[in-house]
Amino acid sequence: MKKIPIPMIAGILLAACIMTFAQIPEADTSRIKSSYYEVNDFVEENENCLKCHGEVKYALEDTLFGRVLTQYMCPADILDRDAFYTGVHRAFSCTDCHSYDYETFPHPLEARLEEMYTCLDCHGYDENFAHYNFEVIQEEFEASIHNIDEFSCWKCHDPHSYRAFIRNSQDIEEAVRYDNNMCLNCHSNFDRFMLLTDREEINLVESHDWLPNQVSHFSSVRCIECHTEINDTILVAHKILPREEAVKKCTECHSRNSRLMQTLYKFEVKEGRKGGFVNGVILNDAYVIGANQNDFLNWISLLVFGLTLVVILFHTVLRIRNNKN
Amino acid sequence: MATKKIYLYPVWVRLWHMINALMILLLILTGISMRYSTPENPLIRFDIAVGIHNVAAFIVTFNYGIFVIGNILTRNGRYYRKWRKNLATNLWKQFVFYAVGIFRKEPHPFPINEEQKFNPLQKFSYVIVMYLCMPLLILSGLGLMFPDLIAYKVFNISGLVFYDVVHIILGFVISLFVLIHIYTCTLGDKPGTLFKSMINGYHEEHE
Repeated sequence: MKKIPIPMIAGILLAACIMTFAQIPEADTSRIKSSYYEVNDFVEENENCLKCHGEVKYALEDTLFGRVLTQYMCPADILDRDAFYTGVHRAFSCTDCHSYDYETFPHPLEARLEEMYTCLDCHGYDENFAHYNFEVIQEEFEASIHNIDEFSCWKCHDPHSYRAFIRNSQDIEEAVRYDNNMCLNCHSNFDRFMLLTDREEINLVESHDWLPNQVSHFSSVRCIECHTEINDTILVAHKILPREEAVKKCTECHSRNSRLMQTLYKFEVKEGRKGGFVNGVILNDAYVIGANQNDFLNWISLLVFGLTLVVILFHTVLRIRNNKN
Repeated sequence: MATKKIYLYPVWVRLWHMINALMILLLILTGISMRYSTPENPLIRFDIAVGIHNVAAFIVTFNYGIFVIGNILTRNGRYYRKWRKNLATNLWKQFVFYAVGIFRKEPHPFPINEEQKFNPLQKFSYVIVMYLCMPLLILSGLGLMFPDLIAYKVFNISGLVFYDVVHIILGFVISLFVLIHIYTCTLGDKPGTLFKSMINGYHEEHE
């Protein structure tokens, strides 16, 4: 029998490899909730992506040899369906933002290196979004210490899950937790932090050891209360200050003119006073010594204290006169 | 004129009183500073005021424990427990003495002796302050110091607001008490006589 030359075998194998199709199995529609259809017209189309990117693992099927390989999905590339369909971009199709090239698998490198949209690409200079003032947000970002290579809006505001929480939430504590998690995603996760900087790992508890009642502060106010410059033209300040410029003076918040009224409670300031309390809106969720004085109690206490002093003075004068006599 | 001396203030009471007086004054000062703080003109820098207030509060709390235990274990407690009959009438009599009788050089309606260290007004105010206001003040203060331990809502308002309002009102009551207490301590035979008693332990009065 004539031997088949080795180069030919290699050639056949190479051709087989080239002709091999790695295929992803069909989507599991049981993961789709009816509520998704209420907010999105592309639910099934999106499942073509989410069948892998909505799971912690995905199956690769080799159609030539019938072999199935189960692999973990990179955690950074996993999307939570519930979060996506309740986020601000819930009505979107994946290909509204991502290249159609992603419809092929394996995804081509060109698609993976495509430049992502920024907020301004869709929201800038558009009167429909004018009240958000994205242009000022962009200016603030550019002046912020976050304006470094490879940093973009998406580092904090994941477009696949972002919710405009502080604007719509009635629960300040939950909004604080949500917003602070945006910071902590990198600042307490060194794996993410080191992608953007060569700085050493930050221990937030140690770097804030000067702050009394850390737990109360961290759960009642957002990081940006102290780490941004106040800007009255936007709801949430985006100019993140260098560490040394962060607010460290307690009375910036703990006083009648508390900066919390221009930051965390900006949206609710109109409620003004509540039961005679200065900055009363804060009382819905917290109590800030110095910021929440009660004018009624202030006046009563001054009156009682003043009257007591007058009586003491009067009594003293009478005693002195009496002793002289 | 002969001077009568009665040993009324044992060492532990004087030490307790001295520590209490100093700490309460610090608490009032730092409390006012925190409450009326402004970034421009803080009476005491906020973080320093908080630190002093917290330390002083712990000392006062510990000191209060000594006061309560001391009054249970020693004879000093009887001055707070034993009451004369007709409290309302006695309170009025003492009030009239301070308001009128003192200027007419009338004798004290309730002279101090080894059985009765306090006049009715003193005793009434001390019992209210030490056995009602102080425990509530300490509890509300501990609540503010450890906000995670207190109820989130009390009477349908924020637990923190409730504790703070209670703390502020009681703090004010104690401040007022301190002011009146210091003044009434000048009402001895001489303005400094009663202050001297709290140093040497002897109550002195001319017979």
